[in-house]
Amino acid sequence: MNTTSSTQPRVTSVEEVKAALGDRLVDSLQKDDLWLRVRTDAWKSSMRTLRDTLDFHYFCFLSAIDWMPSPFGRGEDDPTEPAPERDATIRQGYAGGGTRMQVFVRVTNPVTHVSVIVKADVPDDSLTIESIHDVYAGANWHERETHEMFGIAFDGHPDLRNMYLPLDFEGFPLRKDFPLLARMVKPWPGIVDVEPLPGGDDDEGGDEQ
Amino acid sequence: MSLTDRVLGDRQRLAYIASQAADVRLNVELETEGMTLNIGPQHPATHGTLRIIARLDGEQVVWAEPSCGYMHRGYEKLAEVRTYPQVTTLVNRIDWLGSFANEVPFILAAEKLMEVEAPPRAQHIRTILFELSRIANVSLFLGDLGVQMGAITPVFFAFRDREYVLNLIEGATGGRFHPNFDRIGGLKDDLPKGWIAETKAVMKKLRTFCDQIEDLLFGNEIFQSRTRGIGVIPKDIALQFGLSGANLRASGVDWDLRRDHPLPMAWNKADWKVWTHPDGDSFARCWVRLQETREATKIVDQLLDTIPSGPIMAKVPKIIKVPEGEAWVSTENPLGEMGYYVVSRGELGPFRVKIRSASFNNISVAPWALRGVYVPDIITILASLYFILGDIDR
Repeated sequence: MNTTSSTQPRVTSVEEVKAALGDRLVDSLQKDDLWLRVRTDAWKSSMRTLRDTLDFHYFCFLSAIDWMPSPFGRGEDDPTEPAPERDATIRQGYAGGGTRMQVFVRVTNPVTHVSVIVKADVPDDSLTIESIHDVYAGANWHERETHEMFGIAFDGHPDLRNMYLPLDFEGFPLRKDFPLLARMVKPWPGIVDVEPLPGGDDDEGGDEQ
Repeated sequence: MSLTDRVLGDRQRLAYIASQAADVRLNVELETEGMTLNIGPQHPATHGTLRIIARLDGEQVVWAEPSCGYMHRGYEKLAEVRTYPQVTTLVNRIDWLGSFANEVPFILAAEKLMEVEAPPRAQHIRTILFELSRIANVSLFLGDLGVQMGAITPVFFAFRDREYVLNLIEGATGGRFHPNFDRIGGLKDDLPKGWIAETKAVMKKLRTFCDQIEDLLFGNEIFQSRTRGIGVIPKDIALQFGLSGANLRASGVDWDLRRDHPLPMAWNKADWKVWTHPDGDSFARCWVRLQETREATKIVDQLLDTIPSGPIMAKVPKIIKVPEGEAWVSTENPLGEMGYYVVSRGELGPFRVKIRSASFNNISVAPWALRGVYVPDIITILASLYFILGDIDR
C-alpha cells in the first residue's frame, strides 16, 4: 500500500517562505495550496530564492490571467439586441493584486512534493516583467506562449517569437477583450439544452438517424 | 539580343531571371558547411504534425527547434465560454490516445471548488478507466517505438492489443476515443454486465504483450545501440524544464503524482510500484514506460476485485454553478503531469482555465537535448520523449 507518503503535508509553511523572501512577499494565502504574491521588481530574484533556498527545483508552468471581466460576457448575447450592461470592475483572485494582468507560476520541491503558486502584478502601462528563463529553463517556451496570448513582454527573454500564431497575427487571443469570433458570427446554441436527455418527453433527437 | 529576350515577354523574362537567381542562392546555400533540414510537418517519422527545423553541420545537429502551432485549437479561450460540464468535451481531445485521463483532473478541480467528492464506487471506476487509458496510450507508444527504428513487427502487436483495451473503454463509456464519461460528482453510468471478467482477460493479454515487446525490442541489439547513451537528460535539466511522467522518472527522480499527491482516487487502494531508471537516456525512458504499462495492468486487476458498492453520483445540483475561487489539480497522465488551474467567479462556466499539458514541457527540452546529436538520433530521441501533438498545442 502506498499510504506512507499521502500523510506528507502538501503545503509548506508561510513562515518559512516569509523568512526566505522577506519584504519581497506582498501577500499570501494558504489553503490546500500555497499562493504567494511577490513584488513585480523582485519577480526574478524571488523565484531564484525559492529555487535555491527552498529547493523548488521543478518548474510546472507559467502563465497569466487577465482579470478584466469580458465585455462580451459568455458570448451568448443575441446579436440583434443591444448588449446588456456588464460589471467591468477588475477583481483579482487569491493573494490579491493591483493590476489587470498577473503572471503566475507553479513550482514544486521534487523531494518533499510541496508546491507553491507565485503570482506577480504586471504593470498596466508597460506590460513588462522580468523573464525567469535563466532561473527555470522551462519558462522559455511558457513565456513565449504568454507573450503571444496576452501581450506581456518578458524583459531579458532571448526570443519572444510566436509559437502558435502566424507572425503577422494582430491581437492577443487570451485577453478578455479579444472577441471569440465564432461566437460573434453565430450565437452559441448551448443556452437552450439542444440535446434531449434519454428517456425524456421530447426524445426527438435520437430519431434522426 | 539573347534567346531568352527574343522568346519571352517582359513578365516571363523576369520570372525566368528570378528562378535562375533562386537556383544560385540554393547552390550557395548547399556549398556552405551548414545546412538547414526540415523534418515534417508531413514526415512519417513525426507524430501528428510536429515540424523540426534542424541546422546541421555535416551529420550533426548544431541547433534544432520544434515548430509548434499546426494544431492549436485554443481550448483555454473556448473553455471561458463553455459551462463546466461542456469543458470535458474539449479537454478530451488534448491527448487523444488517453482521453479519459484528460477529463479527470478538470473534473477533480471543479469538484474541489464545489467541495463535493465522488462516491467511492465512482472513484474506483474512474481510476480503472484512467489506467486503461494509460495502457491504451502507452501500448501504442511501445509499438510505435519500433517503427521509428525500422522494426515493423511491434506496431502490429500494439495496434492489435490496444484494440482490446479500446473495446473495453467503448464497452464502459460508449466512446472508443472520446469517452466524455466523467461528470462533476461522479460518472455518467455504471459498468456494464460482464465487463469486469472481460477486463481481467484483456489485462492478461496486455501483460503478454509487454513480454513480447520486451523480447522483440528491448532485448534487441540494434534497439539498444540506438537508444543506450543517446539523448541523455540529467536530473537537474529534467527538473528545470518541467519534464514529467516517465521522462522524469527515467532521469532518476522518484516522483509519481498517483502515489505522492493525495487525490480522491483509488490508486492508494492497490499495491504497485513506481519505476525509475538512473540513466536518463532514450532507453531508460522507453523502459520506464514498459514497466508502467505492466504496473497499470496490475492496478486495474486489483481494483477490479475491490470495487465498492454504492451510488456512482454524488448529490450535485442539475445546473452546476461552481463557487468563487481558484484550484489546481494535476494527475499523472500517460504522458506526464497534466493539470488544470481553474479560476471560478461563481458562474456557470470558468473565468479562466490554464491547461498544463505534459507534452508542452516534455518537448520544450528538445532544443537542448538535440544539440550535437546525429540526424537519425533526432527521431529516436523525440520518439522516446513521447509527445502527442494535441497535447503540445492544446
